[in-house]
Amino acid sequence: MSQTSFKKIAEDKIQPKDFAFDRDNMLLAKKILKIYPKNFKESSIMPLLSIAQNQNNGWLPKKAIEYISDFLEIPEIKVLEIATFYSMYNLSPVGKFHIEVCTTSPCMLRGSDEILSFCEKKLAIQVGDISKDKMFSLSRVECLGACVNAPIVKINENYYEDLDLNSTDKLINNISSNKKIKIGSQSGRKGSEPRKSSYDKKR
Amino acid sequence: MVQIFIDEKAYDVEDGITVIQACESAGVEIPRFCYHEKLSIAGNCRMCLVEMENSNKPVASCAMPVAEGMKIKTNSEMVVKARKGVMEFLLINHPLDCPICDQGGECDLQDQAVAYGSGISRFVEQKRAVKDKNLGPLIKTHMTRCIHCTRCVRFSEEIAGNNSQLGAIGRGEDTEITTYLEEAMDFEMSGNVIDLCPVGALTSKPYEFVARPWELKKTETIDVFDAVGSSIRIDSKSDKILRVLPRINEEINDEWISDKTRFAYDGINNQRIDRYYLRNSEGKLVEESEENILKIIHNNLSNTNSSHIAALVGNTLDCESIFSFKKFLDELKIENYDCRQDDSFFLPSQRFSYIFNSTIKGIDDSDLCLLVGTDIKKEAPILSSRIRQKFLSSPKNYKIFSVGNFNLNFAVDYLGETSSSLKKLNEKKNFDVFKNSKKPIFILGQGAMCHDDAADIFNYCLNFYQKISKNTDWNGFNVLQTFSGRVGALDLGFYNKKNTSRSLIKQIYDGKFEVLYLMSADEINFDKIPKKTFVIYHGHHGDKAVKRADLIIPMSCFTEKEGIYVNLEGRPQISSQVKFPIDGVNHSWNFLNKLSKLFNLSMYSDLNDLREKMFLNHEHLSNINQIKLSRINRNKHGKFKFSNQEMKSNISNFYMTDSVSRNSKIMSECSLAFLKETNVP
Repeated sequence: MSQTSFKKIAEDKIQPKDFAFDRDNMLLAKKILKIYPKNFKESSIMPLLSIAQNQNNGWLPKKAIEYISDFLEIPEIKVLEIATFYSMYNLSPVGKFHIEVCTTSPCMLRGSDEILSFCEKKLAIQVGDISKDKMFSLSRVECLGACVNAPIVKINENYYEDLDLNSTDKLINNISSNKKIKIGSQSGRKGSEPRKSSYDKKR
Repeated sequence: MVQIFIDEKAYDVEDGITVIQACESAGVEIPRFCYHEKLSIAGNCRMCLVEMENSNKPVASCAMPVAEGMKIKTNSEMVVKARKGVMEFLLINHPLDCPICDQGGECDLQDQAVAYGSGISRFVEQKRAVKDKNLGPLIKTHMTRCIHCTRCVRFSEEIAGNNSQLGAIGRGEDTEITTYLEEAMDFEMSGNVIDLCPVGALTSKPYEFVARPWELKKTETIDVFDAVGSSIRIDSKSDKILRVLPRINEEINDEWISDKTRFAYDGINNQRIDRYYLRNSEGKLVEESEENILKIIHNNLSNTNSSHIAALVGNTLDCESIFSFKKFLDELKIENYDCRQDDSFFLPSQRFSYIFNSTIKGIDDSDLCLLVGTDIKKEAPILSSRIRQKFLSSPKNYKIFSVGNFNLNFAVDYLGETSSSLKKLNEKKNFDVFKNSKKPIFILGQGAMCHDDAADIFNYCLNFYQKISKNTDWNGFNVLQTFSGRVGALDLGFYNKKNTSRSLIKQIYDGKFEVLYLMSADEINFDKIPKKTFVIYHGHHGDKAVKRADLIIPMSCFTEKEGIYVNLEGRPQISSQVKFPIDGVNHSWNFLNKLSKLFNLSMYSDLNDLREKMFLNHEHLSNINQIKLSRINRNKHGKFKFSNQEMKSNISNFYMTDSVSRNSKIMSECSLAFLKETNVP
């Protein structure tokens, strides 16, 4: 699977002209900076990129990368390396709800491929696309690290686990109609407790 | 020392080295792509796998430190199988374009594929293709060939250090080596990534499709484009210089060279002076025969009072030329000569005042650095990257102070940009830092030595140095020269003994001299020379000087003769002849010989005769590659006067500093691309 378009630097015409942390984020950034030794302040690059991304509707413009490179006094390419390496950073605009479907082996065995193609059909977009109303964008990612609850979908900051086609349908419907949705397992299991087996029923 | 076993033979190796280094010293070759002695260890190519006892999988020898009793097998079945597997993976996405690849014949991948390649590919899927990057006029990219060893990334980060660094973006199959938004690589050492690249992903643009390595004649020589005197190898084919590569010399340039050293060679053949010219009454240069030229010079020199004759030598001349010229002038009782076309300050016959006393290797031992008026990244990129490496190896303990505001590739404590800011050295917080230093180095650049307050700056720094230095074995008081011929000329005493404080330039502009003999000196402002002065230009390139010169004599260029150069440490080095001089051109002493004959002066039978005479009074020049250490023997106290004049480097355009580099097409492309300068002569 090749790079999704969210990993490509956005066209110049949609790049904002400027970027700077707002007041709250600046305070937050300085607080994060304090955690790391003074001569290794570039270690704080990942949380800072997250702050910048959250401030800019879920994606990192060029100016934000340059801003963070100035902020940490490291070359711009070092920031770009990190931003392009990790799948949680986007370099071009995403939808209001950015859906990331895990397709690594455990999720795949539990049916993530069907969920992905269902999402594509339901939202009428392809992987790497953003819907016309800018509400949804879809991307396919490597292991999200919650295999025990496979298959998983990450929407913005939260995980939705133990999905099947029905629960995915319901999930997307609820999001688009702005209803409250349950974070975590969608099959009613608590955390990653053992699934109810036939042995449990007998008992 | 620890004992390890390589292929069942016991070896005693140093503690703390890696297995690949141990194998190297034992003479066992290990294939590798990402490992490089001068760079940090990455361990990502997996080509150097070896078998280690008690490990059930092969280990990467470049990243595995040696341990007592370790048993390594470098040729077992497991090793060969593992390397074959790695090679197959590397070749999966590598194009089969060796016939049109510039690396062909000197490609690590090609060579190692012969040993470990499988011959046929089992890969039936689509090969990966990567868009080429435009990294400027020096480096040609073919990124599909890249095997992601990241040598270039580590080099630009660890050695060169600049904002336009290389990096690896993306991950896995999508990894690409690039600069941020594909900016050009504009740092002064960028050409070294060409040598580092084990495949044909980064190759030389000027050398594109020029030759194959086995066709080239290789001449080992030294570089003359800056005062460092890097060891280089010049590759030529039928009298044409095709490329310049570094040679390993741990004491000077490690194995790096600057871009000017590497790429200015094409200037050697452009705009060459190959005939004698005389300016006629209409102000046009016309060709003239050698006899007539000799007669005219003879007339001119003998009919002019010797106090009205001045002579200058150029910045990139060899010692032989300078010595023969000096002897000629001395015998004619001409006193007004100088090797400085700037106003560079030095103390006559005090060698420590114009050389790099700590030596280049001394930078590695130092524990503190003070830069005064030197844009060292432009003036001597090799030294700058040495300081950077020292700085990176101990970022907390190695402090660098700078007077003069320059864009350097390490963090400095900036003291100010005028000479008066030197006084901040005596502030308590700075003074304590200096006082605690055991091996400080001071580097006084030409920005300080050509400054109006040069004498005061020099004496103030020397005073301060003597105040803080306790270690008598350590001489860290350095002056950074920027021209390859300068130290040699000062050693040979090519300056006016009576008037040394400032050079002759002002008097030349004032019209004090009727005849001005320039031996490839073309850095002065020729518009300021009065019309009545008769200007003789004896040089190899039709550069700035020929527009003003009344008489032109050709001479051979540095690649066309053997010559002794003294580098900034005071280390005499000998350059080799790469090709024969162009038609009708001779070594400068040859012409001076003919001139001497007319004046009935002493002559030289050949180059060896000249050298013998030179070594009589300057014995240290005969000890090639040996540095005669100098001691500070001066202690002057007094009041120092400082003005508010800014310290500026004497090099504004790194790519064009002498007549050869000014005539180089590649260098003019660089200054256009990187500095947006278009003053092509």
